[in-house]
Amino acid sequence: MESDKIEKLIEKYFEASTTVAEEETLKTYFSKESVPPHLAQYAPMFQYFAIAKEEKFTKQVPLDSIASVTKKRFNYKWLSVAAVGLLMFGIYFGNNYRVAQQVEQEKAEFAYQQTKKAFSLLAENFNKGTEKVAYLNQFEETKQKIYNEN
Amino acid sequence: MQQSEFLNVVMPFKDKLFRLAKRLLVSKEEAEDATQEILLKLWSKKKSMEDYKNVEAFAMTMTKNFCLDRLKSKQAGNLKLVHSNYQEKGSQLQTQIEAKDSVSWVEKIMAELPEQQKMVLQLRDIEEYDYDEIGEMLNMQQTAVRVALSRARKTVREKLAQKHSYGIG
Repeated sequence: MESDKIEKLIEKYFEASTTVAEEETLKTYFSKESVPPHLAQYAPMFQYFAIAKEEKFTKQVPLDSIASVTKKRFNYKWLSVAAVGLLMFGIYFGNNYRVAQQVEQEKAEFAYQQTKKAFSLLAENFNKGTEKVAYLNQFEETKQKIYNEN
Repeated sequence: MQQSEFLNVVMPFKDKLFRLAKRLLVSKEEAEDATQEILLKLWSKKKSMEDYKNVEAFAMTMTKNFCLDRLKSKQAGNLKLVHSNYQEKGSQLQTQIEAKDSVSWVEKIMAELPEQQKMVLQLRDIEEYDYDEIGEMLNMQQTAVRVALSRARKTVREKLAQKHSYGIG
């Protein structure tokens, strides 16, 4: 390509009125090795642009870990459901347990009353026994009197 | 949207995101992190991604905003980005060492440009987007894009000429 055409393009280029296609022309022109000396000063620019375009993003992006994070957030929802379920379960069976406890306490109370009754009966009869034994004391007294008189 | 589908959408322009990020953040590692961050953000937004007219332009805008935020927080934290990896993969010929040097100068010159001009030059001359696409990505008027681009190109030319005439390498 003639260099005067390139010169015109360069002029347009610095006024930022070239099209992408025209810039492409410039880039291919300057990527060649034989550039006239008066245009050589522009060569590094276009060469650099061509080089810079080659740079690649090589780092691996761990999208999987992000996916698992979103999954984890999903789990939180189910966690609350599970918690509510557990609470209901707890209330239901806890209540059952409480009722059972009450029944047991009543039974224990009843047994206690029965036992008390039995003991008081025993005590009553025992007292009757001791009353009878009290006569023995009388016998002892009279025996002493007799001994003393003699 | 499945992962493979997502990758099909994202793959074609992920390098562009990376290059824009690198242009702005300078260091390769920072740019990689930024790109990864952007891709993860896109992935988390994948449900609403069908609604966007132009996912690529949207991603570019995200990258731009993210990188500018990073730069702002870097400045606030008084941290200076340092990088020493000026690697040139271009002209491999041993005889072109000088040319190679000027090519890497372009990168340094571009790093000195204001952010907006940097982005416009990157999007236009390296990624070859249309003016209206660039306008959409950077939220600028088309004429403003042209002006910024013209200024950026002229600055690069002038500085390059200076380096040549002074012979500092």
